[in-house]
Amino acid sequence: MSEPMVMSNNIEQAEKGTSLWQDAWIRLRKNKLALFGLGVIVFLCIIALLTPLIAPYGYEEQDLVLGASPPSAEHWLGTDIFGRDMLTRIMYGSRVSLMVGFIATGVALVIGVLWGTIAGYAGGRVDAVMMRLVDILYALPFMIFIILLMVIFGRNILLLFLAIGAVEWLTMARIVRGQVLSLRRQEFIEAAVSLGLSRWTIIRRHLIPNTLGPVIVYTTLTIPSVMLLEAFLSFLGLGIQPPQSSWGLLISYGVETMEEYPWLLLFPGLTLSITLFALNFLGDGLRDALDVRSSKD
Amino acid sequence: MFRFILSRLLQAIPVLLVVITATFFLVRAAPGGPFSAEKAVPPEVIKALEAQYKLDQPVWQQYISYLGDLAQGDFGPSFRYPGRTVDELIYGGLPITAELALYAMLVAIIIGVSAGVFAALKPNTPQDYVPMSAAMVGICMPSFLMGPLLVLIFGIWLEWLPVSGWGDLPGDKLLPAITLGTGYAAFLARLSRGGMLEVMSQDYIRTARAKGLPEWVVVLKHGLRGGLIPVVAFLGPAFAGLLSGSFVVETIFQIPGLGRFYVQAAFNRDYTMILGTTVFFATLIILFNLLSDIIAVWINPKLRHQVQGGS
Repeated sequence: MSEPMVMSNNIEQAEKGTSLWQDAWIRLRKNKLALFGLGVIVFLCIIALLTPLIAPYGYEEQDLVLGASPPSAEHWLGTDIFGRDMLTRIMYGSRVSLMVGFIATGVALVIGVLWGTIAGYAGGRVDAVMMRLVDILYALPFMIFIILLMVIFGRNILLLFLAIGAVEWLTMARIVRGQVLSLRRQEFIEAAVSLGLSRWTIIRRHLIPNTLGPVIVYTTLTIPSVMLLEAFLSFLGLGIQPPQSSWGLLISYGVETMEEYPWLLLFPGLTLSITLFALNFLGDGLRDALDVRSSKD
Repeated sequence: MFRFILSRLLQAIPVLLVVITATFFLVRAAPGGPFSAEKAVPPEVIKALEAQYKLDQPVWQQYISYLGDLAQGDFGPSFRYPGRTVDELIYGGLPITAELALYAMLVAIIIGVSAGVFAALKPNTPQDYVPMSAAMVGICMPSFLMGPLLVLIFGIWLEWLPVSGWGDLPGDKLLPAITLGTGYAAFLARLSRGGMLEVMSQDYIRTARAKGLPEWVVVLKHGLRGGLIPVVAFLGPAFAGLLSGSFVVETIFQIPGLGRFYVQAAFNRDYTMILGTTVFFATLIILFNLLSDIIAVWINPKLRHQVQGGS
């Protein structure tokens, strides 16, 4: 599975390197569902970035006379019991939800890739100790730990990033280590060593770039699980706190009033589900395009 | 086999110790004592309370004595429910949560595995696409959304099923079990489809067909055994997920199980309760992972030989 990527470094780096990605892109373009997923994600990101400029109403703008109203021409997705525009709230919520998804995944990415590369490249006892630690952490009931952290140290959004990121890096570390283990016996690493490059340069310049395929695929699949975790915590009241808003929080408000005003539950729920859908399709598509075998553990 | 089980058991001990230690010190590091929320209490009372909960001793001594109590199955008194112990609360909630998890697991296995196997029999046809798209929907529909939607549809609009409680009204266990089970059904469907696809192309399946066995025997007897290995490996982690999933489901349906206790304890800052339930959950999860490892080795002849042959 790592053959094509190895080739790219073996021969002329620049040209072959791009052709691999072009290859993947051509394969991805044939996958309609994955393209749809990509489109949805790009669209959402643009919306989230532009929210303060394009949101139809103010985030905290109330209309107590109107109160909760079903979707209408003025309020496309209706209003909540304070008369706040649902579309606006979902748009602002998307900023938090997507940010948590990307940043926490980023934390997981950095820790996981570094950990996996170092363990795989160092080998021997260092590898054994590092991976043993991953095994131990794997066995921990992390959901409970995140709840514990949020309870003890307050519901801080930075802590949320760290806590979620700290959970999700384990699988990444395993995947990267597996890649590096097979890579480091290849000739081009030997060549790099014989050229006298330092260990750190070899890791940075030659090992990490070659693990990119599986890392990208797994990253795309980590984002939805992170977003789900955030929504889950916010739903329980342990994640994002008002006045900030996220989809999970909106869903939990929606549940409280779903008997009278079902649209307050349906729209944020639909938004979250479609996003998760899109990310999963994109991840599956990338997996096929980059030809990465899924690792089940 | 025995040695394998024993070594796995021994490996579980340090993990458990890490969990207990980490939780204990995290909880102790929490800002504000367990009694600081109350109104002004005379210092003597605080002293007495601290003595009762052993908070006047140095931390390491508390840690040692907590470990000692734990070894005897004693989780200590609850901070929030005076006169009740954490053990009582845990053992009161456990049967309910276990029952919920069991039903959810049944829902997941029955729906998930049959959908996955069904899809794998004719890959890349509508028989494959339809159940697998449904599975994707199930994966993307979190339980905290699925639960309220089911309540809204079957409880409030159609008025077919009760919307809350556990064992009070006929049929009130159905919605929680389905809510908790569907996400895992979807996952199991994908796993069993993948497993079956791989197995059904193996030589021994061809042999079985060549022997003239009817197709259903080939699928159910020869195919399932190999095809379900990934499913079995997933059951342990799935159980862990079911427990944390029970936080949400028990909160939505107002079921007095462990998950709800845990969430309440978290909100009330009932530190001994948090500590106790965390340790308890961790032990359960570790045990179930262990169990699913053992079953995986037991049903997979390749792994079994490795275990018996190698060190």
